[in-house]
Amino acid sequence: MDRFVFLTFDGLSRGAVYAAFALALVLIWRAARIVNFAQGAMAVATAYAGYSVSAATGSYWLGFAVAIAGGLLLGAAVERVVMRFVDQSSPLNGVVVALGLVLVIQAVLGMIYGNEYRPAAAPFSRDAFEIGGIALLSRFDLYVFAAVASVVVLLVLLFTRTAVGLRMRAAAFAPDVSRLLGVHVGGMLTLGWALAAAVGSLAAMLVLPTELGLHPTAMDIVFVSSFTAAVVGGLDSPVGAVIGGLLVGLLLSYVSGYLGATVAPMAVLILLVVVLLGRPGGLFAKSAARTA
Amino acid sequence: MTALLEAQDLTAGYGAAPVLHDIDLAVPAQKIVAVLGANGAGKTTLLRTLSGLIRPTRGRVLLDGADLRATRVEQMVHRGIAHVPEGRGVVTELTVDENLRLGGLWRRDKADTKRALDEVYELFEPLARRRRSPGHQLSGGERQMLALGRALVGRPRLLLLDEPSLGLAPRVTAQIMALLRTLRDDTGLTVLLVEQNVRSALSVADEGVVMSLGRIAARSDAATLRADDELRHAYLGF
Repeated sequence: MDRFVFLTFDGLSRGAVYAAFALALVLIWRAARIVNFAQGAMAVATAYAGYSVSAATGSYWLGFAVAIAGGLLLGAAVERVVMRFVDQSSPLNGVVVALGLVLVIQAVLGMIYGNEYRPAAAPFSRDAFEIGGIALLSRFDLYVFAAVASVVVLLVLLFTRTAVGLRMRAAAFAPDVSRLLGVHVGGMLTLGWALAAAVGSLAAMLVLPTELGLHPTAMDIVFVSSFTAAVVGGLDSPVGAVIGGLLVGLLLSYVSGYLGATVAPMAVLILLVVVLLGRPGGLFAKSAARTA
Repeated sequence: MTALLEAQDLTAGYGAAPVLHDIDLAVPAQKIVAVLGANGAGKTTLLRTLSGLIRPTRGRVLLDGADLRATRVEQMVHRGIAHVPEGRGVVTELTVDENLRLGGLWRRDKADTKRALDEVYELFEPLARRRRSPGHQLSGGERQMLALGRALVGRPRLLLLDEPSLGLAPRVTAQIMALLRTLRDDTGLTVLLVEQNVRSALSVADEGVVMSLGRIAARSDAATLRADDELRHAYLGF
């Protein structure tokens, strides 16, 4: 029982990061109908910038702010400079360009920072509290939950309570109609990419201290798990991304804990296949619209 | 009569192939002008060009005498042009209320936008009962009401309306046509109405323009068009 409780909390903590990263993928999918395979590489790039600032100033929080701001800027730049000019006639074009971006970003990071792992410090202790003799959560886990929950709440408020959020949703679902209603669709797309990249940067800052550290490919595995989470939840569903992230986190934790870490990637793939066979649009896909 | 909207020598299309050829059109203020013609005549392309979704390769569009060539499509609503596209253009993922609010987001006068929103709910009672329903749950008639209502929230001077009767029961179509007449008479709204349902369109229009193969084949006041047997048989099929 102790083990189960520990694995549950560990899975939820990790799942919260997957949820944030999956949310970033969903934001871009909803806005541009592109799975941003470069999300991991972009997040690592901003994490490098953040940890460089932290190392230079001694302040984790200054580095954290730089990473998030860097995510906003990098996301906007990628959309304005690269993705806007991709021919949208085939969905593959965007995927191929995103994969190209991964190679470019990882190569550049390797040239600047080298290809060895660098330590990524955590702002809070990762030692778990014990309650009733059971190790539950660390301060860092609580920080992860609080950060992801804050982002989810802020995004929900943005999309449901603000004019900008309404414009962003309209631009994503019906760009031509939105333009006729005075919405600057291009600007909304840029904002969507910027927000998504910032959320991705947050996920990187939350997960890297729990991994081997900073490396140009450090987010690749996180990307796979988060992509699975997004597909399981439904690429069109932010709620699905969050729940999918938590599900994948729990699954990985239980499988790693009870069957061994080497089996965990296979469990994720099996989950993906099962969901795609049973409900191809994801668990939270919306039902079809009426036609009359 | 002063023309609110004018198209001069307008040529436009998709890619290299023009669909519209040398269109000259004047839409008088506070009138309903029906654009009629068979499928493929270029009616929808004409509306899309007038609202800026398609850039003309030649000619120009004037609103109150001002050239709109440099006006981006997003700015057209600021000039008083509302375009309700074919298929109604309801954002089906958004609720009724969100769709309507979207129609007034560009406006600075938030108090009047709120008033306009309330007026639309009064005008279209079924929408008021379904404020929180997503667009995809609405019937065809409700979607048409929503699309029209959303345009009205922006208090346009000119309404470009594409096939409002498409897929609707005759009774609903008649209600929409009656509403257009009311809006013209009560608010001074100018309407350019693209419609395949010729009888319905001519029942409400002041003038009619007949298009064929991307050109204007005839234009006249609605009563004359209704009475011209030769023209009706040649272009309008009844």
